[in-house]
Amino acid sequence: MATERAPSFLVHNEGDSVAVATRDLTPGEVEGGYLVGPESVVVELREPVPLGHKFALTDIAEGEEVIEYKVRVAVASKPIKAGDYVHVHNVRSIRWQTSVAS
Amino acid sequence: MADQRRQLTGYRRPNGAVGIRNKVVVIPVDDLSNAVCEAVAKTIPDALALPHHFGRLQFGEDLELTFRTLIGTGANPNVAAAVVVGIEPNWTARVVEGIAASGKPVEGFSIEGNGDLRTHERVARRVAQFVQDAGELHREPVERGEIMMSIKCGESDTTSGLGSCPTTAEVVDRWVDAGGTVLFGETSEMTGGEHLIAERCVDDEVRKKFQALFDNYLDRIEREGANLLGSQPTQGNIAGGLSTIEEKAMGNIAKTGSRPVVDALGPAYAPTRSGLNFMDTSSAAAECVTLMAAAGAAIHLFPTGQGNIIGHPIEPVVKLTANPNTADTMSEHMDLDCSGLLRREYTLSQSGDLLMEVVERTINGRRTCAEALGHREFVITKLYPSA
Repeated sequence: MATERAPSFLVHNEGDSVAVATRDLTPGEVEGGYLVGPESVVVELREPVPLGHKFALTDIAEGEEVIEYKVRVAVASKPIKAGDYVHVHNVRSIRWQTSVAS
Repeated sequence: MADQRRQLTGYRRPNGAVGIRNKVVVIPVDDLSNAVCEAVAKTIPDALALPHHFGRLQFGEDLELTFRTLIGTGANPNVAAAVVVGIEPNWTARVVEGIAASGKPVEGFSIEGNGDLRTHERVARRVAQFVQDAGELHREPVERGEIMMSIKCGESDTTSGLGSCPTTAEVVDRWVDAGGTVLFGETSEMTGGEHLIAERCVDDEVRKKFQALFDNYLDRIEREGANLLGSQPTQGNIAGGLSTIEEKAMGNIAKTGSRPVVDALGPAYAPTRSGLNFMDTSSAAAECVTLMAAAGAAIHLFPTGQGNIIGHPIEPVVKLTANPNTADTMSEHMDLDCSGLLRREYTLSQSGDLLMEVVERTINGRRTCAEALGHREFVITKLYPSA
């Protein structure tokens, strides 16, 4: 019974702009929910996202802050669309903006 | 029904501190004394040598930190008795005196004028006696709040922030509510979330102490013209899905729970206030746990994502992961698999119950995975080069 409710992704808080995949995901419709907020939401995924990695819940403009845990955890280094895979290729640290993660 | 009570047992030391293990340790003051300490631990199998790389020509705060670490480790309540071995008598006596203040049996030996072999025999005779005496110390009923806990995560990924760190937080809050003391640290992994810790400090004085420790760390990084990209987040963190130090910091902070921060301590200083204490430490696992054990912590909770495998010679390290892949591929290292949280098989509070059960069994004598596998990482934090 538990597995029927197993979400494909989890979001920390309402207002977060990214979600975390809780299994390896392929493009298409995926269902998940919030730790604090709605239990079930559906998102159209545009790219594959491995377990533990993130995707965007909303469009994020280049230079715009990425919100997770209700706080700014990164800034977009490229324009990101809802459903895009989000990682070091399109976001970077706020504190050390001039550098690129290797 | 949640949080059922189990009678805890431990070793109450002469100074009142409560330990959950009963080790006899052989502590080298310096790198030169490692060989004889390790030889003695072979001669007397129930003794434990704590070899390390430093202790010669250190000076200033760096030397004080090494002394604090060695003394604090010997004084830790998981230790029944300690023998200290140094190349020369003066620094050896300093470490012995420090440990003796805890009231437990301790004796020092120096190698100059004796050589390794004569020292070996003398130390082995003393250690053998300590081992025999330690066997007559018995566990007695103790309260949760008497056992000092420390927390630090490693090889984190996004499952740490979603599962293993919030599960740890459940236990941390319950520990603090029971009157216990919990240490957290990892100064570099506050970056981006340091304001959240500052807000939780009990008063302005503690807030200033915390902010000064954090600012000092940041100054040190920026003075070098460096930043932490490439090492924070680590390659393992990035492989696990963490993109920035700020995101990693939020996972780290998630394990500290919700109670106030009652003090901000320098490295390896024993806390004087019960409750949740911040300690300025490296985020490297072995350095951090070594400093926390030196401050007196008796049990460590270690949430991991990609699978850190650290242990410590005298402070049992309980590991938990919410990453189902890690729980599967590295099961011999994981004391608790809480990946069911990601599948919504149970609530966070229930996950906290599961961890509390492992913690209580570990206190009462269950060996952690790291203990069973022989992980004994003991690493002294070096502040700058020796003279």
